[in-house]
Amino acid sequence: MTEKSEISIWFFIGLSLLGNGAVITGAGLYEYFHPPAVKVVLFGAHANIWWGAFLALVGAAYCIYFSPGKRRA
Amino acid sequence: MITALAQTQLVHLSGVDLAIIIFYFALVLAIGFYLRGRANTGEDFFMAGREMTAWVAGLSFLSANLGALELMGWAGSAYQYGILATHWYWIGAIPAMLFLALVMMPFYYISKTHSVPGYLKLRFGESSRALSAVSFAFMTVLMSGVNMFAMAKVMQIVLGWPLSFSIWISSLTVAIYVALGGLRSAIFNEVLQFFLIWAGALLIPILGLYEAGGWAHLKVLITQRASAEYVHLWSGLGSFGTNPMGINWVGIVFGLGAIISMGYWTTDFLVVQRILAAKDMRSAQLAPIIGAAFKMFVPIIVILPGLLGLALLPMKLTGESNALLTGGHSYNDVLPLMLARYCGPGLLGLGVTALIAGFMSGMAGNVSAFTTVWTYDIYRALINKKASDAHYVSMGRWTTVIGVLISVGTAYLVMHSASIMDYVQALFSFFIAPLFGTVILGMLWKRATGPAAFWGLFLGTLSSIGMWVWVKVDPTALQYVALSSHAKPMAQDMFQALWAFVICVVVTVVVSLVTKPKPDAELEGLVYGLTPIPSQKGIALYQRPIFWAGVVTVVFVSLNIIFW
Repeated sequence: MTEKSEISIWFFIGLSLLGNGAVITGAGLYEYFHPPAVKVVLFGAHANIWWGAFLALVGAAYCIYFSPGKRRA
Repeated sequence: MITALAQTQLVHLSGVDLAIIIFYFALVLAIGFYLRGRANTGEDFFMAGREMTAWVAGLSFLSANLGALELMGWAGSAYQYGILATHWYWIGAIPAMLFLALVMMPFYYISKTHSVPGYLKLRFGESSRALSAVSFAFMTVLMSGVNMFAMAKVMQIVLGWPLSFSIWISSLTVAIYVALGGLRSAIFNEVLQFFLIWAGALLIPILGLYEAGGWAHLKVLITQRASAEYVHLWSGLGSFGTNPMGINWVGIVFGLGAIISMGYWTTDFLVVQRILAAKDMRSAQLAPIIGAAFKMFVPIIVILPGLLGLALLPMKLTGESNALLTGGHSYNDVLPLMLARYCGPGLLGLGVTALIAGFMSGMAGNVSAFTTVWTYDIYRALINKKASDAHYVSMGRWTTVIGVLISVGTAYLVMHSASIMDYVQALFSFFIAPLFGTVILGMLWKRATGPAAFWGLFLGTLSSIGMWVWVKVDPTALQYVALSSHAKPMAQDMFQALWAFVICVVVTVVVSLVTKPKPDAELEGLVYGLTPIPSQKGIALYQRPIFWAGVVTVVFVSLNIIFW
């Protein structure tokens, strides 16, 4: 975030998205193979799988690009 | 704002959801501990070292306002009033944010003030600063408590959590990370919250629009279940009786757009503090523009879920009192209901985390602003003028903890007497409109004097209180305040603010003309015409704030025409 920061705020945000995305995708995959008795509306869209994967990808990109110690232009 | 007590909690969290919530708490505390070494001087602790980039300051500026109660309350308003609620995000925010960036920020930034009351001290003297600082500090910490109680109530209804559990867990976490890292920690967590809110809330409109069959079909469903006026922004505002809110375009344009939002976005130190932390003048100007660009799209995750709830939910939501009587759901429950409708394990946890994060960053915003105003504008100005910088930092850390404890006390007070909440919320609104009048005259009119500013601010505030009491004692008085017998309560805030602003400006102008002005030399860097604004000639067009303000304006106007 700032020149003096060793760890950028964007890295923390990447960490948050990556962690949450991975957990949500995992939960979605579990539900895919073990469908619950009571389903949410549009369960068939399996939103937790693709939305979780999307968050994890964005988070991973942030973590890599803003990883501590990496020099950027 | 408090949702009605439903018979059972709205959602049930799984282990995965709880893991996501715990991960959030761990992360914000980790940020606080990581930043504790970077808050050793007053400039670091209270102003985040004035080294935030435009993006961080801009997103933080927006997030400080994007609390959980704001999200749930305005989603409920969208269910109740339709797309009209969008005015609070568009005309009720965008022009004010751009005005702050282009017109007011140069004076705030060049004067190097640490707060809005601090600017009043430089421009008008100690009396105006004392009046605004004491009122701001007092009301901010009370508002923080009121919001804390309201959020705990929401958590009780949505998740079944005990009130005290929510209050203490969230307040202690905020106290720890703000006391450790100061404003920088608050800002970092606000930016994190911004991303969490979008990540947790964006799925609702995506899935909702898919279920509704697209925007065009959603409008048909809303027209069938409510009326066609619910999907038009401006066409029903010709008079008070032709729209669900009972307000007209004068109230929206002049009351909301020109006064209330200007007052809030340009003089409420809670949000302005984030911009003052920017690393340079261009960043300070770009930050509100970035905030405005994102603010335009917040209705996607707030207003749209309310409209989708109106079209798709099988049950009919009602007002608070009716929901209490029937055991049903109130308007304010629409967002959690939509969350529970589409979100399974994991996604539900993320949605709830977004609400908690919104609440905590709002509270951190209140506490960090309170701490700065108390330490610099009250303690240093009136109690202990000659202490060391380290002493003021220490005072800031203690004030953070004490401010949180006062907020907790207020939350418990409200728990035992709910009417206090209405009074505190009303009190806060009294100061916003006249303060905008005082600050804007101070920046744009060099003839405005110190005594005039004090009396304008004082009488403007007093008039606002007077109108509120008048309508409270005699509800029919609303027709005089709002200039129409068809006006509904929503119109009161708009017209009350409009009159308070007018009275403040008139008093300030009249008193200024009969009192002695400050010499020009004392006003350099504070007033239009006497403040050298850095030239941007050497900067490429696409890097200039005015260019991006123009882009935002074009999008803003287009959106209003599209949804006319």
